[in-house]
Amino acid sequence: MSDYLAPSASLEPSAEDSLQNPQFLVDLREQMLRFASLQLQDVQLAEDAVQEALVGALKNSRSFKGRSALKTWVFAILKNKIADILRQRQRFVDADQLVRGDREECDHDELFDQTGHWRKDERPKKWADPESAIHDKHFWRIFDACLNHLPSRQAQIFMMREFIELESHEICAAAEVSVSNLNVTLHRARLRLRECLEDNWFGVEG
Amino acid sequence: MKSCRGATRLMSESQERNLLFSEQASLKLHLAMCAPCRNFGRQLHALRRISKSYAGGGPEKTGE
Repeated sequence: MSDYLAPSASLEPSAEDSLQNPQFLVDLREQMLRFASLQLQDVQLAEDAVQEALVGALKNSRSFKGRSALKTWVFAILKNKIADILRQRQRFVDADQLVRGDREECDHDELFDQTGHWRKDERPKKWADPESAIHDKHFWRIFDACLNHLPSRQAQIFMMREFIELESHEICAAAEVSVSNLNVTLHRARLRLRECLEDNWFGVEG
Repeated sequence: MKSCRGATRLMSESQERNLLFSEQASLKLHLAMCAPCRNFGRQLHALRRISKSYAGGGPEKTGE
């Protein structure tokens, strides 16, 4: 899945050793739990999904070449479980979230002027090497913070699309939104997220 | 001519659906003249790449 994981395979701990390592397990579990809770907005459901994925990994620990293969695998399992739960869930939106959604109507007017062109300070700049950011743990902290800054509805829908990789029609059913509403929400989330990443990471260096 | 707001909306939607020929054409025209929107387009791809990596468990921490 991730090509950057491959080259160092011989140096990394084996999957079996990793699963014997309490610190590794605690970190992994916490990372998975954060991911699942964000997406499901329900701690109990998230814990169940994480638990199932981890138990599966422990059962199959011999079949992984190394730690990164194991990690990729448990996250793939977790993603599938979350996708199943989201697809099954018909009533997902509470009234409060819908109201909040409406209040966000004009939120990117601060980015564009009246003719719909970028305001001068808001124009997207060139990003230096997004690929290397992926390998930098400080970047992930910024990324998390930027996600947390999105209005919750935007974050949820963005994550359904980009993390769980649901298709539009699946998100519309799970989150009970129209296609046009979905498109508007994703547009806003992407505008905000890229702005936040540029302000706090890509625009800061050099 | 398409506004930057409209161009970014089309670029965003192109990650969910194929754009109509007319949409593609007007987007291309806009992008030919607008560097900030070209940057935005590249950033959308980066965002998708970053999200994929995040959902795969984030950075590999071997050797830390």
